[in-house]
Amino acid sequence: MATDLRDLQEAVRESARVRAHGACTKCAPIQEGVRALDLSAYSGVIEYHPTEFVITAWAGTPVAEVQDLLARHGQYLPFDPLLAERGATLGGTVAANACGPERYRYGGARDFLIGVRLIDGNGALIQGGGKVVKNAAGFDYPKLMVGSLGTLGILTEVTFKVFPKPEAYTTLRVALPSLGDALALLPTLTNCPYDLNAIDILVDPEDERATLFIRVGGLAAGLPQRMARVRALCGAGELMDEADEAAFWHAARAFTWLHAGESAVKVPLTPARIPALDVHLRGLQRRYSVGGNVAWIATDDLSRLDAILKSLALAGLVLVNAQGDPRIGWRRPNPFAERVARALDPEGKFRL
Amino acid sequence: MSAAFLDHLRTAFPPDRLLTAPAALAAYESDALTAFQQRPLAVVIPVTQEEVIAAVKACHRFGVPFVARGSGTSLSGGSLPIKDGIVIALNRLNRILRLDPQQRLAVVEPGVINLDITRAAAPYGLLFAPDPSSQPVCTIGGNVAFNSGGAHCLKYGMTTNHVLALKVVLPDGEVAELGSDSLESVEADYVGLFGGSEGLFGIALEITVQLLPKPEVYRTLLAAYRSLEAAGDAVSSVIASGLLPGAMEIMDHLSIQAAEAAVHPGYPLDAAALLIVELEGERAQVEAEWQRLQAVIHASGPYLVKVAQNEEERAKIWKGRKSAFSAVGRLSPDYIVQDGVVPRRRLGEALAEIEKLSAKWGIRVANVFHAGDGNLHPLIMFDGREPGALARAEQLASEIIDLCIRLGGSITGEHGVGMEKRGYLPRQFSASDMAAMWALRKAIDPAELANRGKVFPGDAPAAQAHHVGSHPLERAGVIARE
Repeated sequence: MATDLRDLQEAVRESARVRAHGACTKCAPIQEGVRALDLSAYSGVIEYHPTEFVITAWAGTPVAEVQDLLARHGQYLPFDPLLAERGATLGGTVAANACGPERYRYGGARDFLIGVRLIDGNGALIQGGGKVVKNAAGFDYPKLMVGSLGTLGILTEVTFKVFPKPEAYTTLRVALPSLGDALALLPTLTNCPYDLNAIDILVDPEDERATLFIRVGGLAAGLPQRMARVRALCGAGELMDEADEAAFWHAARAFTWLHAGESAVKVPLTPARIPALDVHLRGLQRRYSVGGNVAWIATDDLSRLDAILKSLALAGLVLVNAQGDPRIGWRRPNPFAERVARALDPEGKFRL
Repeated sequence: MSAAFLDHLRTAFPPDRLLTAPAALAAYESDALTAFQQRPLAVVIPVTQEEVIAAVKACHRFGVPFVARGSGTSLSGGSLPIKDGIVIALNRLNRILRLDPQQRLAVVEPGVINLDITRAAAPYGLLFAPDPSSQPVCTIGGNVAFNSGGAHCLKYGMTTNHVLALKVVLPDGEVAELGSDSLESVEADYVGLFGGSEGLFGIALEITVQLLPKPEVYRTLLAAYRSLEAAGDAVSSVIASGLLPGAMEIMDHLSIQAAEAAVHPGYPLDAAALLIVELEGERAQVEAEWQRLQAVIHASGPYLVKVAQNEEERAKIWKGRKSAFSAVGRLSPDYIVQDGVVPRRRLGEALAEIEKLSAKWGIRVANVFHAGDGNLHPLIMFDGREPGALARAEQLASEIIDLCIRLGGSITGEHGVGMEKRGYLPRQFSASDMAAMWALRKAIDPAELANRGKVFPGDAPAAQAHHVGSHPLERAGVIARE
């Protein structure tokens, strides 16, 4: 385990352009003239007191390693990190804001990352946030780093607050004639006082039928009763058996549902904006996740999707199998972002 | 210079919304941290977003610093005026622009009162989760600027965790839109960076917040202990048991006495410490958790456990807790409140240390705090009319802050750095951290116009009163310093 950060700081200082990476489960091929900095050697848990429900680790630590450790103490990362099974690291997960379907319940990476150490474009090592769950001191660098794609700094250390892991899960599958039917049912679910862990809609590209998947987690004792009420709310649906439901959500996180050569594109949106997007996506595999707040689209034609997103003023991110700049679709001018970049990366070393 | 600036403002604001007379300015001289007072050059009261932008542009053109202010409930002096600067009072920019129950969000202006969002959402079975004790009066603009917390942060986080999008005016008048209506995003979290920046990055004009379904049931209990440490240990046991309560609060002996005298919540008067634990959520889950919670609490050695049997009893328990600070305030002519944080596993240690410090200085300290978060609220009592009393109370406060840093915590959990703790920030962060934060501030606001003099250590402290006294709203029982 490498722990001396001076080499990294030096590398940033002496290079014109720098790109940090971990296990490369998400990164696009690094362009010529850009110095690649492999963070995978900066790996391992730095501090973890199970009773504190907070964990600090090097940014290059595999997510799966942290999940295993937490699980031994009945804890988990509630934002449901993606691609852990493929070796994704903590740093990449934060930089790409790679949150899964269960992010619906308690929030995303932004809601659980409470401390960071990073190297900025000047080569300075900066600490933001801390190791306590409540902290109002100093600017909120941890949140800024979420989704920053390595453009504002190189994460070296991350601290998360964690939660008790649900003891058991159960999932209801509701088959519906169309996406419209699923969207019509959605507000009933998102507004009910039942605690739902995930709500995803899958559209079958063969026949355009939609299936709602609703996951509930918690103490085993209350689960059957809770799920019966969700089923009553939906008016239909079948319970998945335990192995199937685990496999289903695992596949969602690991992107094993992609066909060879396809990229997975994340598009944040709201349920109200789904129909206008979906008409352009016939024939493509797609999932509307996080209660209709994220579209995951599988495509082998990124430029076509880029044009569609631009026409709808939607932003997209190629999370799996990115070719060049992973940012596609529409981007709003942001003078605040420009000023932030001027401070953290004045020479544009981290630009994509 | 200031005459030309005021003339310019007069072209944009009618006389009743541009205050310059000393009597009119007096009401804005301090916020809930009454120890600091500063008369501004003027106060402008915009009623539209365009007027806020116009005021900021005028400040930028004339190089005049400004402070945005809502209800002035900041406990860290965050909305203290700047000498020769103006206050931009946002209370009248208070429209709920959009309430979308289907998508569970609201778009509001900064002057909207925190509780009014929940009131507007309630008919749809929804609520706005962040609940600072000042929620009947504090505004959402201030909540965003200070990333305000409350008793129910344990499960659902602070204000920023519930903000999806912001329209902001930067310190030179340029407008930026950050975030979107979606829960998710594919860019750096600029909303998150703006939240809690204490007014240094500009003013939020429009705030999009997420609403949550109101929990189906609450189960609340009160456990009384013979020692503060035992209550602290009980908190650790509850957390270690895998339960995730909506709130966990501790009150010490002094606060119990005061709260009981003030609002009669029916607290056991002989307790050294009271622990309030509240579960919330779906009935079947909460019932299962409730069994486990009772077992954990009984094993933690309380000498008395009371369970709220209905909503009325629950409200009574919380009334005592939420009024505790103003109640303790009545025991002493003056007091200072700190809000440092320690790792939760070190709560017992921190409380024992505070007890020792209190004895060492011969100053009474009451403790009422968000135990589940490790967020302390030591209330340091003194009489400002006694020579040197304030200075000694501040010394004690300073030692408590150092204690929090030493234990691996933070100088502030929810009140912010503001004016009060700006000298302490460099104790928590290194010189290079401070330099980076300063560079960020300067990149966003090169002229340091937005809330100049706050957060970073500086030389021009505001006038400081010796007799602190309480805030008028506090005396009226409307707000509390927690």
